[in-house]
Amino acid sequence: MPGVFSRFGPPSPDGRITPARTRLALELRHTSPLVGCRFDPTGRFVFAGSQDNGIQRWDLATQAKVTYLGHRSWVRALAFHTASRKLLSTDWRGKLLVWPFDAVTAPEPERIIDAHDGWVRAIVMSPNQRQFATCGNDNLIKLWNVADFTVVREFEGHTSHVYNVAFHPTERMIVSADLRGGIKQWDLQTGRATRQMDASVIFRYDPTFRADHGGIRSMTFNADGSLLACAGITNVSNAFAGIGNPAIVLFNWQTGQRSQVLRVAPAFQGTAWGVAFHPDGYVLGAGAGNGGGLWFWRPDAENSILNIAVPNNARDLALHPDNRRVAVPCFDGAVRIYALS
Amino acid sequence: MNAHYACNSPAHALSRRQFLAGTVAGGASALGFKDMLAPAMADEIRRQDKRVLVIFLAGGVSQLETWDPKPGTNTGGPFQAIPTSVPGTHICELLPHTARLAHKLAIVRSINTAEDEHGRGAYIMHTGRRQSPAERFPHLGSVCAKLLGAEDNPLPGYIHVAPRGESGFNRNDAAFLGPRYASVTLGDGQPPANLIRPPTLTELADAERNDLRDRINSRFAQARRSADTEAYTNSFSQAQQVMARRNLFDLSQEPMSFRDRYGNHEFGRHMLLARRLLEAGVNFVKVTHSNYDTHHENFDFHIEQLGEFDRTFATMLDDLEQRGLLEKTLVVVMSEFGRTPTINRNYGRDHWSRAWSVAMAGCGVRGGACIGRTNDNGTEVTDRQVNGGHLFHTYFRALGLNPLRHHHHEGRPIPMADPAATAINEVLA
Repeated sequence: MPGVFSRFGPPSPDGRITPARTRLALELRHTSPLVGCRFDPTGRFVFAGSQDNGIQRWDLATQAKVTYLGHRSWVRALAFHTASRKLLSTDWRGKLLVWPFDAVTAPEPERIIDAHDGWVRAIVMSPNQRQFATCGNDNLIKLWNVADFTVVREFEGHTSHVYNVAFHPTERMIVSADLRGGIKQWDLQTGRATRQMDASVIFRYDPTFRADHGGIRSMTFNADGSLLACAGITNVSNAFAGIGNPAIVLFNWQTGQRSQVLRVAPAFQGTAWGVAFHPDGYVLGAGAGNGGGLWFWRPDAENSILNIAVPNNARDLALHPDNRRVAVPCFDGAVRIYALS
Repeated sequence: MNAHYACNSPAHALSRRQFLAGTVAGGASALGFKDMLAPAMADEIRRQDKRVLVIFLAGGVSQLETWDPKPGTNTGGPFQAIPTSVPGTHICELLPHTARLAHKLAIVRSINTAEDEHGRGAYIMHTGRRQSPAERFPHLGSVCAKLLGAEDNPLPGYIHVAPRGESGFNRNDAAFLGPRYASVTLGDGQPPANLIRPPTLTELADAERNDLRDRINSRFAQARRSADTEAYTNSFSQAQQVMARRNLFDLSQEPMSFRDRYGNHEFGRHMLLARRLLEAGVNFVKVTHSNYDTHHENFDFHIEQLGEFDRTFATMLDDLEQRGLLEKTLVVVMSEFGRTPTINRNYGRDHWSRAWSVAMAGCGVRGGACIGRTNDNGTEVTDRQVNGGHLFHTYFRALGLNPLRHHHHEGRPIPMADPAATAINEVLA
């Protein structure tokens, strides 16, 4: 895709990114607020769920947009199966829909599955692409077979809504994280929870408003599985106004201990909605409150090393397979593509 | 955005002494039942023994996530509408237990109170009037305490079960009716402080003390009997009777299965207490469920809050019906206003009073009614617009009271309900 790269500038001489050179390269617009996004595994498209119940697909080279219609509620979670070229999407109603991800024209869903009772907040594909996992407001995690979309195993144990799930990149296990910051490690063979970790720093029960606030809004491992990152909001002083600060909690996978809480400095008011590890040794986060932000950290230092003001409230973050682009879906209907150079 | 709106008004700690003092202070201005209704009618209403339960969803519950969903529109949010026990009437999927009982409910979807500030909105919903420096109007609870309550009722006529804070006495609620009819707040459902005789005061000493006060009161009254002295005497008597019935506040006397049905959470416990109070003869109970002021992440918070409300509310309706209380208890689910159809950038909804909803059930209410209409995305009322005045006319009519009658204060007639409004007849059975 030389045309695409020309728009993002040439790679740096040593091939590593310099965060300070990050710039907004492209805005892809929809008419409804966006709630989540992912690049497809080929890197050709970016997909975003929107508040009009659709999924928008943009071709990064041509900016052509195709809308996937079939959900009857909002979609935030997207995953891809590379070999079969399928898009898997989940919504607030508990539905899982399966689509061709590179259809020329607007596709029909190939499958509609009742996946969970209530919002399916996350869906992830296993490293070997044979299984995928989902989690949701029924407090369950489910492991599915890609081949026939049957449930292999259910994992019970969370006592609040399960916000996220991730496969470890090298070990046969998954982790799940809930509203109250509880993280469980599950053995895929036995279905047993083998370890718990505590991310409750991004949870608070607000006694004034009598409500829980927090949850792991995004969760991911780094490439070798030595670090786990959980994004959310900390220091909540007023849940119903969203008064708090974005935070990324890093765990040392070997010890299961919290290694760092990454914060935006100077302080930003809002929630971290997305997190990704960049292979050049950075943690990237995006979030929103009173405006949007894209932030860079070194994983061993608490404070952000670069803050980029996103023109509108950012609601997720996705790293392109080339590691040179980041997509940030926004409330104003735009997916903003930032070039890392 | 200043969104720290949940009611933080300081509760006034209610000691028994304060409770009595407040009651006494009301004696002079409190008017008798006969001032408003012919004696025969008053007796008849007393015999009917009607009650009111108001469930106040503080902060402003979203009408789109409750009674007037708009799925598939730009304002509808992520939730679906579900069918109810009334063919053709759908409510939000967050209320599945309530949906089963929709045939007992009357839903008014066309409220425009034109007031987006918490305090002033709450005033409208509690008094049926807009706030005015010229007059302070009594709460519905105070009016009911006065008009529905028996003079010798040992329990306060207007009790507010609040989610937090200390118990207190809110004399302003009764306005010109006088503090005798003001609300008593039970912070976290706890009885007023010092209700129970302290261990250092023996039963005998307490009895002797009460006897002495009675004798002094009687001697004083022989020469200088007045409304004040009557109220003073009655208030001590009422406090003694409340003390004698303090087991009302002891929810452990309810079977575990009942406590489970109401829910093992604060709102569940408070609703169960409300049922006990209604059953014991309190004429007006308000239960506040906090909080719905969801400027941020409206949808997650409504899942959490309505998850508590829905099952507990349905349990309450079933329980009242099974005890034969529903037909004489007017149940109202209200807020100070609704929430914006427009979803803000933080997944929140803000204050919206121009098109929102209230639900009623029980005494005098035509179950299954669905009144009024909003436009496709819920931003405006398109049919049968009503306001707080209409609601008050309707409440009074449902209770068998004539809203066209007047209070009398210092020689001035004051209409019970806003004369510019009328009852919503479609709600009435």
